Amino acid sequence: MLAKRIIPCLDVKDGLVVKGVQFRNHEIIGDIVPLAQRYAAEGADELVFYDITASSDNRIVDKSWVERIAEQVDIPFCVAGGIKTIADAAKILEFGADKISVNSPALANPALITELTHEFGQQCIVVGVDSYFDQATGQYQVKQFTGDESKTRTTQWQTLDWIKEVQQRGAGEIVLNVMNKDGVRDGYDIEQLAMVRAVCDVPLIASGGAGKIEHFYDVFKNAKVDGALAASVFHKQIIEIDELKQTLNKQGIEIRLC
Amino acid sequence: MADKQVVIIDTGCANITSVRCAFERISNNVIVSRDPQTIVNASHVVLPGVGTAGAAMEKLAQFELIELVQQLRQPVLGICLGMQLLTQASDERNVDCLGLVDAKVSPLEKRAELPLPHMGWNKLIQLTGPLFEGVDEGSYVYFVHSFAVPVGQYTLAQCDYGQAFSASIRQRNYYGVQFHPERSGQVGAQILRNFLSIESTNTQERQA
Repeated sequence: MLAKRIIPCLDVKDGLVVKGVQFRNHEIIGDIVPLAQRYAAEGADELVFYDITASSDNRIVDKSWVERIAEQVDIPFCVAGGIKTIADAAKILEFGADKISVNSPALANPALITELTHEFGQQCIVVGVDSYFDQATGQYQVKQFTGDESKTRTTQWQTLDWIKEVQQRGAGEIVLNVMNKDGVRDGYDIEQLAMVRAVCDVPLIASGGAGKIEHFYDVFKNAKVDGALAASVFHKQIIEIDELKQTLNKQGIEIRLC
Repeated sequence: MADKQVVIIDTGCANITSVRCAFERISNNVIVSRDPQTIVNASHVVLPGVGTAGAAMEKLAQFELIELVQQLRQPVLGICLGMQLLTQASDERNVDCLGLVDAKVSPLEKRAELPLPHMGWNKLIQLTGPLFEGVDEGSYVYFVHSFAVPVGQYTLAQCDYGQAFSASIRQRNYYGVQFHPERSGQVGAQILRNFLSIESTNTQERQA
C-alpha cells in the first residue's frame, strides 16, 4: 500500500531557510542544499520549499537554488511561492522541481489552477491553503498573502468551499496550513483536517502544529491525511525523522523505512 | 563495447532536469537531445515525460521523432508518462501512442478512501528481469499518476493501489517504469544502474 509521507518543509527567504512562529518573526535556520540533503538522507519522503517572501513582495525571486536541489537530492520536492503564470511554473519545473504549489495567486485568479493543470498535468499542481479558525465567528477562513503579516488579508472563501473549488479546477494535491497552529507544536488540528479530508478526493497534506511523534500518529490515524508536513521540529532536531518513522511503523502506520 | 552514452530525449516535458541529474549521479556520459543522429548513436535512450499523453505525442510529432523512436535498437527506458507512450494507446483523451508494447493505458479506478492521483511511495511486487536485479521485493518507489497499464504478459513488476497495475513493462528492447526512479532514492538509482547494465544491441553504436 501507499506509504504515509513525512514531509519536512523549508521556508525560504532570500535563499536561506527560515522559520517563524505563526507566520511571523522569521529566524534563519541555514543553507538550503545541506539541509535538503540531510533530510533526504534521514528518510524524508518528500521536501517542500516555500519561498515565503515571493507572493507578498509581488516578485519572482532568484530560483537557481531549485536546480542545485535537483542535482543533489534524490527524493521528490515541491516548490511554492510567487508562481502566477504558466511561464513561472514552467521555469521552476525545468529547474527540476517535481511539483509546484500555488496559494495566493490561485486566490487572486482561480483559473490559474485549471491552466496549470492543462499545461503540466494534474500530478504536479499542488494548491496550498492557509486556513484560519476565527474563534469569534466559529468559521474557517482562507487567508491570502500570509508571507507578510502587514499584507495578510482574509478572503471571501470559507475553507471547505475553497477546498472543493480547487479540486474542481484540477488541483492534484492540497496542503492545508492551519495558521492557528503554525509553529506552536501542540498537535495538528485533527478536527479541521478530518473535516477537510471528508471533502478532499485528492492527496491531502497536513501542515501546522507538529511537536511530538504522537502528533504524527494522530493525524495519520484520525484525520487520514496522506502526508504530514512539519518544519521547526525537524530543523531544531526535536524529532529525528528516522526515529519518527520507526515509531510510526511499529504503531501500524504504513511507512517507508530506509 | 563502446563507452556507454545515455541520451535523454528532449521532449520539452517538465521532468527532464531531474532525470538528467539522476543519470549524472551514476554516469559521466549523459546528453539531453532531440537531434536524431545523437539519439540513434546512443547506447541507451531514455524517454521521460510528465503531463498528458496527447501533449507529449504532439511534441514527439512536432520534433519528427515518432518513427525514430519506433526504430531504435538499443535499450530504451520510458519513465512515467514516457512508459505510457510506449503502449498502443491511452484512454487519456483517446490518444494513439507509439505502439511498441502490446498494452493500453487506462485510468486508475476510483476506490473509496484512496485519493487520486496515486501519489507517493508504494511497493514494487513480483519483480522479474534484469531491471530489478538487486532490488528487494517490496521496495518502495515514488509514483505520481492517474493512468496506468494493466498487468499483462509484458509486466516486469507490479504495484497495488486498490487494484494491481504494471509498475514496469517490457517488450523487446523497450522498457518502461510507471514510477520515478530519478526520485526514488537508492532503490531508484539501482534500477537506473541496472538499465545501463543491459547490453546495448545498437549496431550503429558498435560501428562507431
